[in-house]
Amino acid sequence: MFKLEPRPEASKAMSFLSPLLALAITVILGTALFMLLGKDPVRGLQMFFVEPLKSAYSLSELAMKATPLLLIGLGLAVCFRSNVWNIGAEGQFILGAIAAGGVAMLADKETGRWIVLLVLVAGVMGGMLWAALVAWLRDRFNASEILVSLMLVYVAEMVLSYLVYGPWKDPAGFNFPQSISFLDVTKIPKLIIGSRVNVGVFIALAAVAVFWIFLFRSYAGFQLQVGGLAPAAARYAGFSSRKALWTALLISGGMAGLAGALEVAGPLGQLTPHVPAGYGFAAIIVAFVGRLHPVGIVFSAVLMSMFYIGGELAQSRLGLPKSLTGVFQGLLLFSLLACDTLVHYRVRWQSSKLKATPAAISASNTSTAESTA
Amino acid sequence: MIFTLVFLKMEKKHMFLNSKRQLLKTAALTSLAAAAALLAGCGKKPEAPAAAASAPVAAASAPAPAKPAPLKIAFAYVGPVGDGGWTFAHDNARKAVEKEFGDRVVTSFVEKVPEAADAERVFRDMASQGNTLIFGTTFGYMEPMLKVAADLKDVKFEQATGYKQAPNMRTYDSRTYEGAYMAGVIAGAMTKSNTLGVVGSIPIPEVIRNINSFTMGAQSVNPKIKTKVVWINEWFNPPKETEAAQSLLNAGADVLFQNTDSSAVLQTAEKAGKYAFGWDSDMTAYAPKAHLGSAIINWAPYYISATRDVLDGKWTGGTGSWLGHKDGAIDMVSIADFVPAETKAKIDTIKAGLKDGSFSIWKGPILGQNGKEVLKKDEIADDKFLGGVKFYVKGVEGKVPGDDKK
Amino acid sequence: MEPFALLLAATLNAGTVLAFASLGLLINERSGIVNLGAEGMMLVAAVAGFAVAVHSGNDWLGFAAGAVAGALLAAVFGLLVIWLNTNQYATGLALSLFGAGFSAFVGIGYTQQKLLERPRFAVPWLSDLPFVGTALFKQHPMVYIAMLLTAGLAWFLYRSRAGLVLRAVGESPESAHALGYPVRRIRLAAVMVGGALCGVSGAYISVVYTPLWVEGMIAGKGWIALALTTFATWRPARVLLGAYLFGGVTMLQFHLQGEGVDVPSQFLTMLPYLATIVVLVLISRNAAFIRVNMPASIGKPFFPGG
Repeated sequence: MFKLEPRPEASKAMSFLSPLLALAITVILGTALFMLLGKDPVRGLQMFFVEPLKSAYSLSELAMKATPLLLIGLGLAVCFRSNVWNIGAEGQFILGAIAAGGVAMLADKETGRWIVLLVLVAGVMGGMLWAALVAWLRDRFNASEILVSLMLVYVAEMVLSYLVYGPWKDPAGFNFPQSISFLDVTKIPKLIIGSRVNVGVFIALAAVAVFWIFLFRSYAGFQLQVGGLAPAAARYAGFSSRKALWTALLISGGMAGLAGALEVAGPLGQLTPHVPAGYGFAAIIVAFVGRLHPVGIVFSAVLMSMFYIGGELAQSRLGLPKSLTGVFQGLLLFSLLACDTLVHYRVRWQSSKLKATPAAISASNTSTAESTA
Repeated sequence: MIFTLVFLKMEKKHMFLNSKRQLLKTAALTSLAAAAALLAGCGKKPEAPAAAASAPVAAASAPAPAKPAPLKIAFAYVGPVGDGGWTFAHDNARKAVEKEFGDRVVTSFVEKVPEAADAERVFRDMASQGNTLIFGTTFGYMEPMLKVAADLKDVKFEQATGYKQAPNMRTYDSRTYEGAYMAGVIAGAMTKSNTLGVVGSIPIPEVIRNINSFTMGAQSVNPKIKTKVVWINEWFNPPKETEAAQSLLNAGADVLFQNTDSSAVLQTAEKAGKYAFGWDSDMTAYAPKAHLGSAIINWAPYYISATRDVLDGKWTGGTGSWLGHKDGAIDMVSIADFVPAETKAKIDTIKAGLKDGSFSIWKGPILGQNGKEVLKKDEIADDKFLGGVKFYVKGVEGKVPGDDKK
Repeated sequence: MEPFALLLAATLNAGTVLAFASLGLLINERSGIVNLGAEGMMLVAAVAGFAVAVHSGNDWLGFAAGAVAGALLAAVFGLLVIWLNTNQYATGLALSLFGAGFSAFVGIGYTQQKLLERPRFAVPWLSDLPFVGTALFKQHPMVYIAMLLTAGLAWFLYRSRAGLVLRAVGESPESAHALGYPVRRIRLAAVMVGGALCGVSGAYISVVYTPLWVEGMIAGKGWIALALTTFATWRPARVLLGAYLFGGVTMLQFHLQGEGVDVPSQFLTMLPYLATIVVLVLISRNAAFIRVNMPASIGKPFFPGG
């Protein structure tokens, strides 16, 4: 029988180890799954963990896929740390894409390169607008941001659909639901010829630094986090919870919108009904697996991208079904949440097999038979 | 793993000052690195013949010295192969290709490839795996395929339902409106309430054309019918299809038609004691009492001929093919026993007429919703006209979504 | 008149799906636990229910299978959230995502299967009445069971001792614990019952409502059910009405399309979601009103012994 004992303070070691442990558990379960399906587990794991890293092209694709996850994840990290639960990042992504696309379509042959900047700014504004709606309804009417932001995702999908079927439909497109292809001048500059990777990667990495500074070195960031961890203390200190709500939502909405803009003015180059790719939801996992920490989120974004790309490869090379990717992602999050307990608790067995405790010196053999009900 | 333990022991001696936290971090990272090395190392070994249970990839056996290497063909699907509709039909055709050519080909597929930026990566990966003939089975793959085709000139691309081509890329489509017309003929004969219902998917020209053809087919045997349309804005969403079908039945329709991909509409009709059709594939088994016939698409003839062209070195790109009943791509099958014999005979006549080219569905006079002629008497619509159908014909109720005229 | 009666009948049917799930979530949340994994549980239950119904030919076994699937997943969720004190929102989300992938995976072999012909139901004599006959009395038994369940749940919560204890646990787990009640076990029980009801809802969808299996077929109904519980302020009768309201708006938008109403179909499709937001806002407007009705300990972790 094992018992959970609260630690006197959070274990730093486990903060690092818990995601790795969770990954290990996911790998083990994955191996079992592959064997159950009659596939070679080593090949299976290779698809997910090795193949996406093999060539320069695959690395560039990995970077492309990880960029939106990273951007949105950073914004969500700020949100979740403030105890504001923005589940509707997908909707903000869509609105950012719509706004960016709208601006991109205004370009003509005379326009200069500067329009790229405008496109990106429009994306940020679009995402912010959608998130502002959520913030306002919560601020003014107390409506749960979880539910409102989620409902707005469906609404955003329909707005996009209406636009590409109606007013924004390409007149030369045989009535197919898509906007015109954006002129080259509006496209995000690429980094390397021959690959699809673009400046978005740099923007994302810069964002990591900015967010790190914001969260851990700025007063505003401090206020947000205190508000999330101990609302009563925050109130006592005079931190405005309203300001925190708006800041958190606008930041995460803006980041999601930026990701949408990069996607649409980058690899896609036009607006279609298929712009929503699920990044807004995957980024939630990315934020958590990254421990809501900017640097951690970089790794988890890369990891999540490996799952996506690996899932595709597993299909075409091994004949495994696509749903496996979803299973892996879910398993990872579950294991992570379970392993995270170890940050705040230590496990005690009767045979006292210790787990990652710095000097488990507490010799007090507390073999209490107290019920844990 | 052994060297991890050794490492640990060493660490213990030298780094006791920096506490177990540092140690464990290092240990964990080392294990992970070791695991990665192990996996990467395994990868260098020659690929073991995969003991794949259900893999569509045929085992890459060493070819006999005289035979050329098999042609590798890859398919990208937008939906799951089990959808019983669109993707299912494509996958059946793929299997037909395998059956026809045996070990001269090796096929593989990726399902649920999104119609977006990801598709490009999938196509490039397929090409990098040695596939020289790649099929993209939906409209949304057109742009990504075009980009990849421009870069990889040695690979041949086939794209379904699009309109842009390249020297190494061509498009193909099926005249689903022929199946829709035939369904309409049967519907017009079977309806008692003279109200027909259509569950529409996405309001693109193909679907609008199908709704019109369905209506025209029904009007040819029963001029009094009217058609109601409800759009679900998706290709495939069984619960929504059910609700849409139910609302059409509630509005008085007693024969339903669909352009969506599941059997939900058919099953809803059966529950209510009314009639409906199968679409894309034969759906008789789902609702035998309600099923009047299935308008199916058969891609096999085209896939087989395309493969043969590549094997014989005769494949050329830059064209668009639009295949109909006379190419074996469209058919109305499994017509129910209780459909009157004269209707069945009419269907046979239509099929014969389509085969030898003597019968045209879109032949004037055809009136638009407002009664104005869109096609003059005896004028036959050409493919360009058909491709741009954005209007409803007379007899269809409602407004075309996204139509800002009038 | 007839179309209106049919619309009403369709509303009851559509609403029943949401009702089961929402009532289950209500029980959950009354004990203080928010389970955002409703969508995932419903998906797994849908595939489980469909598979069992296909193999056994018996719908009711299918419902039972769905309930079991839901309860099992909820138990995993409960163990994590109640004993390991993981964050409820994140764990619920993980359950949703996992359920989506897992159900798609397990259901691969079932997309081509079909069930035996669906029986048609009608209450004898009553179903022949004009208007009400069509509107109310030609439904699947589960529709009536949902109504009975609502009444039963109301009685349980407000008139039984066990219900009182459940509500106490939701309001103040610390006090309940001090009084000697096994708070964590009660919460686990509530979570599992809630999961079972979500499972019944999922199975109902795949066995009765749209009798087939295809991945993702729940299409957001789990999330709607969550919203419903909140804007019905955790009272069973209001949940049922809310479910019917939502089902009604959904059917109404198709009805309007069929009538040729001159509004783009996308806006009509948005209607149910916008309606949810509007009602949510109206209900939440009065913060005091919400606070009075919401179980006070929702979402907060509980540590026995401090």
